[in-house]
Amino acid sequence: MSTPAAVVIGASAGALEALSAILPALPASFALPVFVVIHLPHNRKSILAEIFSAKCRLPVREAEDKEPVVGGTIYFAPPDYHLLVETNYSLALSSDEPVRYSRPSIDVLFESAADTYGPSLIAIVLTGANPDGADGLRKVGEAGGTMIVQNPAEALAPEMPRAAWAACPAARSLPLAGIAALLLGV
Amino acid sequence: MTDKLEDIEIRLLLEALFSRYHYDFRRYAMASIKRRLQLARDDLGFETYSALQAALLHDPAVLPRLLGYLTVQVSEMFRDPSYFRAIREQVIPHLRTYPSLRVWVAGCSEGEELYSLVILFREEGLEDRTLFYATDISQNALAKAEAGLFSLERLQLFTENHRKSGGKSSLSDYYSAAYGRAVFDKSLREHVVFADHSLVTDAVFAEMHLISCRNVMIYFDRDLQNRAIGLFKDSLARKGFLGLGAKENLRFSEHSGAFIDFSREEKIYQRWAK
Ligand SMILES: C[S@@+](CC[C@H](N)C(=O)[O-])C[C@H]1O[C@@H](n2cnc3c(N)ncnc32)[C@H](O)[C@@H]1O
Repeated sequence: MSTPAAVVIGASAGALEALSAILPALPASFALPVFVVIHLPHNRKSILAEIFSAKCRLPVREAEDKEPVVGGTIYFAPPDYHLLVETNYSLALSSDEPVRYSRPSIDVLFESAADTYGPSLIAIVLTGANPDGADGLRKVGEAGGTMIVQNPAEALAPEMPRAAWAACPAARSLPLAGIAALLLGV
Repeated sequence: MTDKLEDIEIRLLLEALFSRYHYDFRRYAMASIKRRLQLARDDLGFETYSALQAALLHDPAVLPRLLGYLTVQVSEMFRDPSYFRAIREQVIPHLRTYPSLRVWVAGCSEGEELYSLVILFREEGLEDRTLFYATDISQNALAKAEAGLFSLERLQLFTENHRKSGGKSSLSDYYSAAYGRAVFDKSLREHVVFADHSLVTDAVFAEMHLISCRNVMIYFDRDLQNRAIGLFKDSLARKGFLGLGAKENLRFSEHSGAFIDFSREEKIYQRWAK
């Protein structure tokens, strides 16, 4: 397996609780960039970065267009924009149509990150009540990346990890504690 | 590392599009272009980008269909109401001091942003002394903008946005409803010039006091973004204003020194005269 170079995470219903079990566990020395898409009700001011800044040891920011990716930083997609990672390791936002009713879309983030990081990507699908992320996770797998889903039995809303797992039978299913431990080990 | 086959095909396809038809998408932000080309390839029924390229080169009828995928027409009237509120409350007082004004809506899509500004200028009593330029590369979008027709379903959102932006009238004063569509009053177009203009390949055409270019440059790569910002810089009058989309900024541009933050929150910049 290649050395991991980046982490992408997607979540919907129940996201805050699930992410709170993962992101604050990352040590200040964590070297990879972490990109996160969460579906939120259509409101235009996001407080995600603020919420997690207070809880995390890593810097947390809302992604800006054309910003160069910095390791050891947690980036949230801004509400109402897709977040993509360019192959020159910079961030891109787009206001394209929602994909599967979602903007930001987990699929869009995962697909572009798979293209950029290939086998060095770790992709994680957490709790949620819709199937966004399943296609994206499959692309990550096709590019040789590591596929992880939250154990659906444990997820607040099991549909999203279940759909991703069905699309990617080779994905590992882990409880939140297991996902945090895996990230600590990279 | 060698490029993936699909990346080579995409590069060649964009090259073909440029050489044959002079539409230049070669320096657009690649991650989104790829997504949209993939949609185009699948929807138009081609196995590969190379097959799509061959069809494009030999059959001009493929061009408009492909362009429909490459340009993104997602917009709203008074999108991000706080932006329009900032224009109204902070920029307009400066513009009032000029006897005549030119405003450029670059990448105007189907006219949502243009009509928003014309209505705002009318409400503020500045429309009569203003000439608006509305430009885009999509002929289709320009034709729709010029027609001023919007599906009635969208008007609820537009009305809400207009109100939140500090609108002084009712949006319904400006359109009439017919056959499920809102037909915007043609008097709103009396001071407007619509033109096919590309921020990638065309030049400055007039001196402007306000340029609004929102959610267009996020589709460009950094070099191209620099080119477009360079155009705006050269086009703006001393102390003229440049408004960008909610998630855009000049921070990563080589021209950032030519502008000052006018409203950091709303991404409005002012041309700084040396
Ligand atoms: C997402 S829309 C933005 C519409 C509107 N400005 C807004 O913010 O709601 C992007 C627009 O940019 C146009 N566009 C793309 N490339 C362009 C270029 N090179 N020059 C001018 N307009 C361009 C597209 O055709 C489309 O109408």
